[in-house]
Amino acid sequence: MRVVRGLQVLSLSLALLGAAVSAKEAAPLAQDPALEKKVMEISKELRCLVCQNQTIADSDAELAHDLRREVRDMVKKGMNQDQIVAFMEQRYGDFVRYRPAFKLSTLFLWLGPMLLFAVALSVLYRNVLRKRKTVDDTQPLSEEEKKRLAALMAQADEAGVKKS
Amino acid sequence: MSRFVPLLVFLLLAGFLLVGLFLKPSEIPSPFINKPAPAFQLNSLSDPAQKLSPENLRGKVWLLNVWASWCVSCRQEHPVLVQFSKSKLVPIYGLNYKDEPADGMNWLKQLGDPYTMSIVDRDGRVGIDYGVYGVPETFIIDKQGIIRHKVIGPVSPSSLKDCVVPLVKGLNAEDPAQPQTKAEVPKACA
Repeated sequence: MRVVRGLQVLSLSLALLGAAVSAKEAAPLAQDPALEKKVMEISKELRCLVCQNQTIADSDAELAHDLRREVRDMVKKGMNQDQIVAFMEQRYGDFVRYRPAFKLSTLFLWLGPMLLFAVALSVLYRNVLRKRKTVDDTQPLSEEEKKRLAALMAQADEAGVKKS
Repeated sequence: MSRFVPLLVFLLLAGFLLVGLFLKPSEIPSPFINKPAPAFQLNSLSDPAQKLSPENLRGKVWLLNVWASWCVSCRQEHPVLVQFSKSKLVPIYGLNYKDEPADGMNWLKQLGDPYTMSIVDRDGRVGIDYGVYGVPETFIIDKQGIIRHKVIGPVSPSSLKDCVVPLVKGLNAEDPAQPQTKAEVPKACA
C-alpha cells in the first residue's frame, strides 16, 4: 500500500514538474504581452523577403523569425516604429515596407488605379452620351425614314413568305 | 480612329506583360550598392582565436560569399568557387551563415575550401546587417571597402566569366586616388 502511495506521489510530482517545464519554455512570449503586441504591430508593417507576399508577422520562414527577434530587441531598447522600419529599410531597401512609402517613384503605384478608374469613367460617360444622341425617338419619322421603313418591312414580309 | 483604341490598349497591356516576363521579382535590389560594407568582427571558422573585420581588408578587392552547409544551392555553387579560387584573382571570404560550426567544417573538408577564411555568423545578425535574405549571396567589395555589386543566388560559371571576373579585374586596376580609373559594373551583372 505504501509503495502505491509512493508511486502516486511520484507521478503527480513528475506531472507538476512537466507542467512547470513547459510553462518555462513558453515564457518569452507570455512574459510581456504588451511588448509582444508592439512587436507584432511593427512586424505587420515589414515584408518577409523570402515569401514576398507575407509580412514577417505572418511568415514562418527562418528569416522572418530572425527579423522578429531583431524587432523585439529594438523595441526592448526603446526604439519607436519609425526607427525600426528605417533600420530594416537601410538593410533591405524600400521593398521591406509592406505598405510602400508614398514618394515620387511610387506615385504611379498609388495613383495608377485612381487614374485608370477616371479614364474608365470618362469613356463610359462619353459612350452613354453618344448613345443618347443616336437614339433620339422623340421626333416623328421624316419622309425619307418612312420610305426606308416601308422598304424594310416589305423585304421582311417577302423573306417571311419564302420561308413558309 | 477610335476603333483602333482597343488594339492600342491591347498592345500596351501585352507590352507590360512581355517586360514582366523578364523581371526577376525574387532578386531584390540591394540598398548597399556603392555603400560601405557594414562593420563586423567575427571569429574564424577553422581557428576561433582568429578574428576578421572588413577594416583588415582595406586596400584589397575581396569577395564575401554567404554560405551554409544546410543550403542546397550552395552545393551547386561550391565547385564553381573552388575552381575559381585556384585562379587566385581575388580572395574569397566565406560568411558561414546560421550554421553549426562542425557541419561547416565537415563541408569544407569534404568538398574543398575555396575561402581565404570563413567566419562564423552563428545567429545571423551580420547577415541581417548585410541585408542577406537568401543563401548564397556574394558581395564584391572594392579597395575602399565599398560594396560594388551583389550576386544573388549561386554564382554560375557564366556569371563568373561575364560579371565577376571582369568586375574584379576592373576593381583591381582602380586607384582610389585617381577617380578616372573607376571601374564600371559589367552589363552582364544586371
